This record gives sequence, structure tokens and C-alpha cells, in this order.
Amino acid sequence: MKWDISEMGSWTYGQFPPGAIIPEAGNSNDYITGGWRSERPWRDDATCTQCLLCWIVCPDSSINVADEKVTSFDLDHCKGCGICAQVCPVDAIEMVPEGCELPGVK
Amino acid sequence: MPQLTEIRWHARAGQGAVTAAKVVAETALAADQYLQAMPEYGPERMGAPIKAFTRISSDPIEIHCNIENPDIVIVLDDSLIDIVDVAEGVHDDGVILINTCTPPAEVRAKLGVSDSVRVACVDASGIALDTIKRDIPNTPMVGALIKATSVVDLEAFKGLLAKNLSKKFGQEMIDANWASVDRAFEEVTVA
Amino acid sequence: MPEQKTLATTGNLVVAEAMRQCKPDVVAAYPITPQTTIVEEFAGFVAKGKTDCEYVTVESEHSAMSTCIGASAAGARVMTATSSQGLALMWEELHIASGMRLPIVMANANRALSAPINIHCDHGDIMGARDAGWVTYFAETAQEAYDNTIMALRVAEHPDVLLPAISALDGFITTHSIDRVCVMDDATVADFVGDYESASALLDTDDPVLHGSFSGLGGPFFEFKRQQREAMEGARAVIKEVGAEYSELSGRPFDVIETWGMEDAETAVVVIGSTAGNARHVARELRANGRKVGVVKVRVWRPFPYAELAAALKGLKAVAVLDRAESFGAEGGPLFTEVRGALYDLETRVPVVGYIYGLGGADVRLELIERVYDDLSDIAAGSAAPAGLVYLGAREEA
Repeated sequence: MKWDISEMGSWTYGQFPPGAIIPEAGNSNDYITGGWRSERPWRDDATCTQCLLCWIVCPDSSINVADEKVTSFDLDHCKGCGICAQVCPVDAIEMVPEGCELPGVK
Repeated sequence: MPQLTEIRWHARAGQGAVTAAKVVAETALAADQYLQAMPEYGPERMGAPIKAFTRISSDPIEIHCNIENPDIVIVLDDSLIDIVDVAEGVHDDGVILINTCTPPAEVRAKLGVSDSVRVACVDASGIALDTIKRDIPNTPMVGALIKATSVVDLEAFKGLLAKNLSKKFGQEMIDANWASVDRAFEEVTVA
Repeated sequence: MPEQKTLATTGNLVVAEAMRQCKPDVVAAYPITPQTTIVEEFAGFVAKGKTDCEYVTVESEHSAMSTCIGASAAGARVMTATSSQGLALMWEELHIASGMRLPIVMANANRALSAPINIHCDHGDIMGARDAGWVTYFAETAQEAYDNTIMALRVAEHPDVLLPAISALDGFITTHSIDRVCVMDDATVADFVGDYESASALLDTDDPVLHGSFSGLGGPFFEFKRQQREAMEGARAVIKEVGAEYSELSGRPFDVIETWGMEDAETAVVVIGSTAGNARHVARELRANGRKVGVVKVRVWRPFPYAELAAALKGLKAVAVLDRAESFGAEGGPLFTEVRGALYDLETRVPVVGYIYGLGGADVRLELIERVYDDLSDIAAGSAAPAGLVYLGAREEA
């Protein structure tokens, strides 16, 4: 079921599902957490070997993959923890302060 | 008037007083009586002096407390007489039943109870050793209790005993227990 | 009325029987004395195939309640039993179970909390669970423990309630004493409790839900507590409805309080648990001597029957409240403060005296109850009430 929580801020107590149950599966996807980020990952496609280690370790499923290849980061949910950059064996990922457009421009 | 009989059991832990207190109560159910049986829980070590209680009544039993003024006192180990005041609070027309080889007159003198209290003695341990081959005097003591007080029915008790024993034992053990009950019933002497 | 079987059995064994007849899907328990024989007997039912319940042996009471919570969230009908330190170890889970609105039913053998070490009856354990959000029944007898356990399940699982419930019985006095008890047949109980269909089962893969969500600062935590209060208030009517239906079935009367001699009583004792019988026994004897005394027994402790108590005690000359638990620093035990609260809105003030009795299994001798009624007579005749709380029967300086 689709759970419409757009007006939750003005719900009265009786409108919440008893027991604090969340009656919709997977709706954490709708909760945009990217705004928590102070640094974001930037990936150099030329250096990347597509080992997918970043995809394995990302705690937030924020490494977008298609056809077994990293395509981009899910910046709606990436919180900028930097684990992907830390584990990258070829240093293809760099953490960039939010607001900077290019890697290496510090 | 409700007919309430209160029994206090004195024994050493391991002699089966708690079980006997319960089985006597259960026997009373067969006669559509109300009943209550409980141990006084204390340190659970073999040989420690313990008390247990049985109440049998024609009416529902409401009270939940120890028995301080028993109609019947049952002592499963005569060495307790020296260390516990087994006769404490017993009614003037009460009965004290003791597992002992000592004659009733001597036991009475030792207890120092008034003449109106009946003292009944039976060698339940001896009977148990003869019949069940173990010194567990609780079952023959109930036989003696029934003879001395008629508080429950002998056949009803033997029936329940057989039912309980049959869960773990064969007919031989049931017969031995029945024999212990019958012998205590016959051999108990009252003074 | 369906035929019933009369047994000579203990409170524990008959609660285990009630549990079996209620057909729980899951029982998770850690055996702690003196509730031990409840789960021991129930484990026997499982071993003998007399129930198809999933019996989970755990390593602590903390884990027992955690397992119950998980199983209940999964959609199972869940029951367990505990006592004393075990209940204390469950403390955080008790709140989680009620907050998650899981209708778990648990028997508690009421027993003292250490220290000093003591295994005997008092209400120190169960009164500690007072504010945990569980519907709570108290039994006077093994019969009531059986009846309460079955009713508690219906109330807990009722859609207007959905709260966990405790069926409390006095440790040793009720749990381990042989008593005369009537039990109903399996089909009658099964029909009475019905099947449990969780509206939000974790294992319902067609309609998945999440249990145990977060509601921090600014979240609706406050609103969820408001819902719990409403559920507990809603339980009042459900407890009476279920009680009336059960009464019809069993032939045994039920109300949230039970009154004796209150029609024309001038003084009364308010009591909870097995001591109610002692009080009634003494009151009966005093009545025979012309004393206008009564007894009010509280059978449902949560939600507390304020209105019923006020109605029963209105206009009395003096009331004694007997607590088998302490609330150090309060004016009296937990029952005392509730009863006084219940009487606050009456037009005419009813003098209420608090007694603490029977802690750690101290024997509740009938003469102690007589002393309470004598105190009440003195107060009714114009004497001053005892100054402060009375420790009934504790050894004191003369």
C-alpha cells in the first residue's frame, strides 16, 4: 500500500498507525537524506576498474549500478560518509566538499 | 455450619510430607469437599524440618495463611519432637499422629498435651521399610490418619494412590503401597 | 452452560492448562521460581504433543520477553510466565511490548524482590510493572488465575485494546497450593478466545509492514503515548464485556472489583490478591457479631477501577487499604495511593488508612486482619486514625 504521509506534520494523535507501525514497505526511499552531507563522492571513470567494492561497502545503497557497472551516486540518499573513497583500491573516488564543482579544486 | 478440618504436617524435607498433604487434599475432592494444601517453603535441603498444611471443608475455603490451631497434627519424624513444638496450638479435641516406635503413653508425656488431645502412634517407617522397602513414611501415615480421624475415605485414598503411582510404577509398587496403608491403618494405636 | 471438570490442582498447573487451551503459537520462557511449574507443565504439553505451540527456551527473562515481542510482531499469539527478579529483568521489554501494541499475555507469580534474598509472596515485583502499560488482572485463587488468564487474552487481542496483559497470582500461596478448581473443556475455551489475526503481521509478505520504528524529538512519540492511554481506557469496557460473556459461560461472577457486605457496611478493607479471602473470612465472623464491615477486592489493577471503588466506598466511616508492596517515600503502598485518589472527588471525605502487610511472604494471620477492622471501628467511633502507615504484624517496639 502507498502510505500518504505528506500531511503528517499536522496529524492528530489518532491518525498515526497504532504501535508506530509503518504500513508501507520500502518507503525510506522517499526520505531524502542527502541534505545531511557536507562532502560528496566524485568518481573518475577513467581510473575506476569497476571492482564494485564501493557498491559492496556503501552503508546506504547509494552506489548506482547498471549492467554490473557503477554509473553514478544516489545523491538523494548518500550522506557523504566517505567509505567508498576510503576502500577504492585505485583511488578513483575522491570526497569533494559540497559546493565545489571539480575534483582537486580545494 | 461449615465443617473445616485443619491438618498441620511436621516432617523433614524428603520424607514426602508435602506430597502427602496434597494427596489427602486431593482425596477429599472425591467426596466433593473443598480443599487446600500447601507447604511452608523454606530452605530446600534434605533433612531440614519443614511444615505443610491441609485444609478440608464442606464449604469453599477462603483463608490463605498457615495453620496455627490445627485439628490434626501429623509428625513424620519423631526426632522433631525435641526440636519443634509440634503440639503448638492444637485444639483441645485434636489429634496428634506420630511416626514412632515409642508407645503412645510415653509420647504423650513428652508432648505434655492436655488429656482431651488424642495421641496416635504408628511405626510408619518400619511399615514402609517392610512393604515399600524404603523409609518413606508418608503413605502409611495417611493410612493411620484415616483410621484415627476418618478425615478422608480409605478406598478413595487407595484409588488415588494407585492412579498417581501408575504414572511411574507397575502393579507391584502399587500393591506394596496399598499394603503399607492397610498395615498402618490396622497397627496405629491411640492413647 | 458447558460441562466443567473439577480438579484438585495448583495455581501454576491450572494457569498452564489455561495457556494450553488458549492455543498460543509461541511461548518463550526462562524458568524462574516460583512460576517454574507453569512453564515446566507447558513444556510437558509441548513434549507430549498436546499443543503445537513453538516453545522457545531462552537464556534469560530479558530474552524471553524479547522473543515474545518478536513473535507477537510477526503475527503470532504469544504467551509466557514470569516472576519477581525475572519480571524485573523484563522491565525494558515490558514497555516495548505495550508501546508496540503487542497483545502478549503473561502470568506473573507475585513474589518479593531482593534484597535481602527472599523467594516468597509479595507484590513488590508486579507493582513495579504498574506503569508499563499492561492490562493487569489479580487473582485471589487458582480459579481466578485460570479465569483471568483466559479473559486477559480476549481483552489483549481485542481491536479496541491491543495491549499486553498480565494475569497475576500470588507466589506460593496461589501458585503452589492445591486448590479446588473448575476448568472448561478445550473446545469451549478455544471458541471463547477465537483465533488471533494480527492486523499488521511482520511475516505477512503480501502486505509488508515495519515494526519498531523511530520517533525521536519532534516525532509523534507523544501522540503514540496518547494512543496507549486511550487503548487502556478503552480496555475498561472490553474487560467488562469479556467478563460478562465469560461469566455466562463459566457460571462464575466477574467484575473489576468484588464487594462483600458493602450494602450496609460502615467500614471496609480494600485488598488485592489472595489476602482478600482472609479479609472476607474475618469480615464474615465480625458480621456474625453484628459488626457492619465489608471487603472490596480489586481484581483488575490496570486499568484501575476508580469509579467502581468510589461508588463502593462512598459514605463509609473508615476504609483500610492493605498493600503487599512498598512505595518508599510515598504516603502508602501503590493500592493506597490509588484508592485515596479514587475517593478524592467524593463530596464527603472518607478516612483512609494505609497498611503494609505480608512482605516477603510474612504470614497473613487472621488476627492481623481483625486488628485492622478494630482500628477502623475506633476511627468510625471518633478516634484518631493511626499516624502514618501501619506495618501490620512487623515486630516493633511496644
